Amino acid sequence: MKMYEILSKRKLNDNITWLVIYAPMVARKAKPGQFIILRTDEYGERIPLTMAGHNSENGTIDLIYATVGRTTMLMDQLEEGDTFANIVGPLGKPTHMEGLKKVCVVGGGTGNALAYPIAAGMHNHGIKVDMIAGFKNKDLVILEEEFTANTDRTFVVTDDGSYKEKAFTTDKLKALLAEGNEYDEIIAVGPPIMMKLICQIAQEAGIKSVASLTAYMIDGTGMCGGCRASIGGEDKFVCVDGPEFDGSLVDWDELIQRNSYYSEQEAHDREHVCRLTGGVRYYD
Amino acid sequence: MINLVNVKNPMPEQKPDVRNKNFLEVAEGYTEDMAVREAMRCLQCRKHPCMTGCPVSVRIPEFINKIAQGEFEEAYQIIKTTNSLPAVCGRVCPQENQCEGSCVRGVKGEPVGIGRLERFAADWHAANYGDEEIEPAESNGHKVAVIGAGPAGLACAGDLVNKGYEVTVYESLHKTGGVLVYGIPEFRLPKAIVAAEVKALEAKGVKFVVDAIVGRSITVDELMEEGYESVFIGTGAGLPSFMKIPGENLLGVCSANEYLSRINLMKAYLPEYDTPIMHGNKIAVVGGGNVAMDAARCAKRMGAEDVYIIYRRSSEEIPARAEEIHHAVEEGIDFRYLTNPVQVVGDEKGYVTGIECVKMELGEPDASGRRRPVEVKDSNFILEVDTVIMAIGTKLNKLILETTENLEANDRGGIGVDGKAATNRAGIFAGGDAVTGAATVIKAMGAGKVAAAGIDEFLSK
Repeated sequence: MKMYEILSKRKLNDNITWLVIYAPMVARKAKPGQFIILRTDEYGERIPLTMAGHNSENGTIDLIYATVGRTTMLMDQLEEGDTFANIVGPLGKPTHMEGLKKVCVVGGGTGNALAYPIAAGMHNHGIKVDMIAGFKNKDLVILEEEFTANTDRTFVVTDDGSYKEKAFTTDKLKALLAEGNEYDEIIAVGPPIMMKLICQIAQEAGIKSVASLTAYMIDGTGMCGGCRASIGGEDKFVCVDGPEFDGSLVDWDELIQRNSYYSEQEAHDREHVCRLTGGVRYYD
Repeated sequence: MINLVNVKNPMPEQKPDVRNKNFLEVAEGYTEDMAVREAMRCLQCRKHPCMTGCPVSVRIPEFINKIAQGEFEEAYQIIKTTNSLPAVCGRVCPQENQCEGSCVRGVKGEPVGIGRLERFAADWHAANYGDEEIEPAESNGHKVAVIGAGPAGLACAGDLVNKGYEVTVYESLHKTGGVLVYGIPEFRLPKAIVAAEVKALEAKGVKFVVDAIVGRSITVDELMEEGYESVFIGTGAGLPSFMKIPGENLLGVCSANEYLSRINLMKAYLPEYDTPIMHGNKIAVVGGGNVAMDAARCAKRMGAEDVYIIYRRSSEEIPARAEEIHHAVEEGIDFRYLTNPVQVVGDEKGYVTGIECVKMELGEPDASGRRRPVEVKDSNFILEVDTVIMAIGTKLNKLILETTENLEANDRGGIGVDGKAATNRAGIFAGGDAVTGAATVIKAMGAGKVAAAGIDEFLSK
């Protein structure tokens, strides 16, 4: 096996792909909640991605990504047997599990891919896990089987009701709390706006909330400071202090704003990839 | 014969209004003739005060004498006996505070251009003997791990491999060189030079492992368990400092580390690279060190119309190398001395629109001996900018301290070491910015060499 070789590639839906990659240095130490930084090739940017799983014995890691920007479009071009230029990790602090007995994990959209290792990891650790997996519609539902097999209860909800229950994740969480379910912690993984609302509901119910943040970063070791976020009025680096933070302390509006910084350039890049190369960069 | 001219032979340079639009090297280097003439300015004084100013004790009068005699390769070989990266040091050392600062010729004029001559010898060697096969060093059977492929790690690895140690260097980024590749820009230190130095070390037998974050991918203790008899930690300074003023998290504020990494490590200035970068038109760089100068000069080259350096003390205290300041001024960087930011201001969407500053004046000397800057009352003003780059230093990264059992810190929060670069843990050595906090390339190299000697002593027992 070649270093950083794609051993398997599976489309979960039109937009989401599951890769299994040979990265033994990462796999041997990886824990749920941690992330990696990758580069597709010499010209690629460095992007962080939370691991969806790993297998220390085989030396493999799992990445589930949504095709949203230039790098993920390039990743779509890679097939089984192709390699990434670089993968470094595991980065960030692992999901906190000590002392927890029952939790609710809430995933939104692609965030479910990142919620999966957290939910499954906690479940394997002996923690009772209720999973709320929310999607826009039926076509976007992913990982239902995996969630069902690796949590105590999984509730799939869709915004438009085209599959299973029609509800937003916020509604479902409120409903579970209203039914009398008690949790030691509520973990939110998804779009920042969803995480913000979930954490608010948790706070109102007097339950600790944890949110897994994403941010721009270069090195992942604290050197660039690009990923700083205001947590309880203090500057924290998502890469080394996170990626998981107490949801009640996160300055969500600032985070949402900061994550939009390169969106114009990225939109331009997406078009650039499509128009100039049809999405293909030629790999050796 | 002594050349009695009281000023240095001028360095051929790209014209300021040309070079501030490209990333090619600013200083083009001496010709053989210029080098010989400059070398003849050296008095060959017996006390050689220049050498005491050098952290790696380069045999300065000897190599200069060889250049004066036209024996350029011999000059290079003399430098190489104590300095493993002469092409780098000749370009980026703060010579005015070191060798050249102690040069006798400097009393009545300009000192001998020692840095320029060192660079000349290194470049001459690369051009004429660069392709020579390097023999792998013979192994003494001892394995040593070096953490961090920056100046400290490369210097340490170089000395160790020459003594026969089997050295493996672990680097967290995807490229080797540390600050030499992510921090210092191409126009000051071409990356091909760093790559050639690394290649030479590889040819000697040093192994490099990139994408390996020690403390995460593998710990220091695990390296020892894997069979390394000694470990050198040269992980650099780490986390960028911010001023803790309002508005620092607005869109368009970043650390110099981030800005420079995007440009230097990830080549945002070349169209074929995907790296996104903030394309400001009016950029304020806060700070007065070499990093601030690098960021400002990069900003100009990235197309910014107005680039300001905001520094709270005066031109007397500014810590950057004299040459960098001189070059920055020539390239059109606007220096605002005795000025201190109080907040960054932005629009309703969160984008930076300006930086509010206050004027400063110098009061009584502080603990550092420099006159303390004090605010001038009611002197606040807003400088209109769309990007703010913070270049005010770094804090120490705790990753290795947190993940290595019983490793002790020093009172500054760095890794604690004795005079031989040994930590409290047997076999574990450390040096460079990871110990001292942000300093210079040459000091880090000096520390790497001290550690290599310490490791050799430790493993020879």
